[in-house]
Amino acid sequence: MTYEVPVAPGESADIEETIQLDGEVWPMWEVFVRARRGISHVHIGSLHAPDAETALENARDVYTRRGEGVSVWVVPSDQVHAFEPDAAEEYVEANEKVYRLATAYDIPEEVGQM
Amino acid sequence: MANEERFQQIVDAEEKIEPTDWMPEGYRKTLIRQIAQHAHSEVIGMQPEGNWITRAPSLHRKAILIAKVQDEAGHGLYLYSAAETLGVNRDELQELLHQGKHKYSSIFNYPTLNWADIGAIGWLVDGAAITNQVMLTRCSYGPYSRAMVRICKEESFHQRQGYELLIRLCQGTPEQKAMAQDALNRWWWPSLMMFGPHDSDSTHTEQSMAWKIKRVSNDDLRQQFVDMTVPQANYLGISIPDPDLRWNADRGHYDFGDIDWDEFWRVVKGNGPMNRERVAHKVKAWEDGAWVREAATAYASKKRARTAA
Repeated sequence: MTYEVPVAPGESADIEETIQLDGEVWPMWEVFVRARRGISHVHIGSLHAPDAETALENARDVYTRRGEGVSVWVVPSDQVHAFEPDAAEEYVEANEKVYRLATAYDIPEEVGQM
Repeated sequence: MANEERFQQIVDAEEKIEPTDWMPEGYRKTLIRQIAQHAHSEVIGMQPEGNWITRAPSLHRKAILIAKVQDEAGHGLYLYSAAETLGVNRDELQELLHQGKHKYSSIFNYPTLNWADIGAIGWLVDGAAITNQVMLTRCSYGPYSRAMVRICKEESFHQRQGYELLIRLCQGTPEQKAMAQDALNRWWWPSLMMFGPHDSDSTHTEQSMAWKIKRVSNDDLRQQFVDMTVPQANYLGISIPDPDLRWNADRGHYDFGDIDWDEFWRVVKGNGPMNRERVAHKVKAWEDGAWVREAATAYASKKRARTAA
């Protein structure tokens, strides 16, 4: 089901995003699923769990209820490292080096498939 | 290039915004609000149907209903997971729901009074949800859009099992068919209300459309739903409780009567038939489960200590 619930007349559109919690928050895990043999694990979402064992069991129940996977990985979210978004753009610029691409070379048709 | 310009360029090019991208604060806030409400709706949505698990008329129907309710829990988790990419925490969002500071879809503030309601929820409520969620698969925010793709696949099962349940009832005894009619009478108007206020009264629509969080307006989605559903009601042989409902050949759409907007706002503001019960039950379930969470935490730390030793 869905939806944004409309703002009732006289109510504020701003809703609170954070609140003080008294209990401990379980760590977050990233979930990767291999859909079938022969392909890689693909990131599918995240969940919270106290340990890896429980994270795996929860991942199975949450993300593979209909045979979506033959293998599941869970990784603590704080163990995933990534470039800063700005730095990542420098890597995208590698796309300008067209000579790295097979399509940059003209091969005569009579040579056949290459 | 200015951040905002670059952001809008990505959106206009029908590419997705991802969590680490720069985004306007209003975009982030709108998404948190919408995804959290959506997640809460899935979780609260377990209650009206959960009400019938122990009273399902056969083991087959009971198994289907358990699977469906489990899906709703799963959908809630996919969505909390999408919301968390925006820098909020699932437990915090849930606590805000418990304190009544966050809302969920009003449809779940109506009671499930007879078994046919389970069919009507699948057919109408999930049908309305699909109309909305298919649109949301094209939403500009990557994690939300991806969650919607998974959810839509599962919603199709939800809607079909509901409609099939009603086919069986409508082909059954006159009493069974009357149950189906009764369910349609009670769920029709609340289902139309699920699409929200008229476009002319909808406050956020324009900005959400520009950001491509929302792709189709409330009234257009509602019309789409009515056009799709009327023939399905005809097939069942039960009638939609709207004297103004008729085919309009000029428009190529069904005309239909006006929603009772007083009722709509009454339920949104917290005074529907089940608002208090739904939140109270949710809080109770969370509190009753505290010992399980504590045991899991204790077990995990004990195991970590043992491994370290």
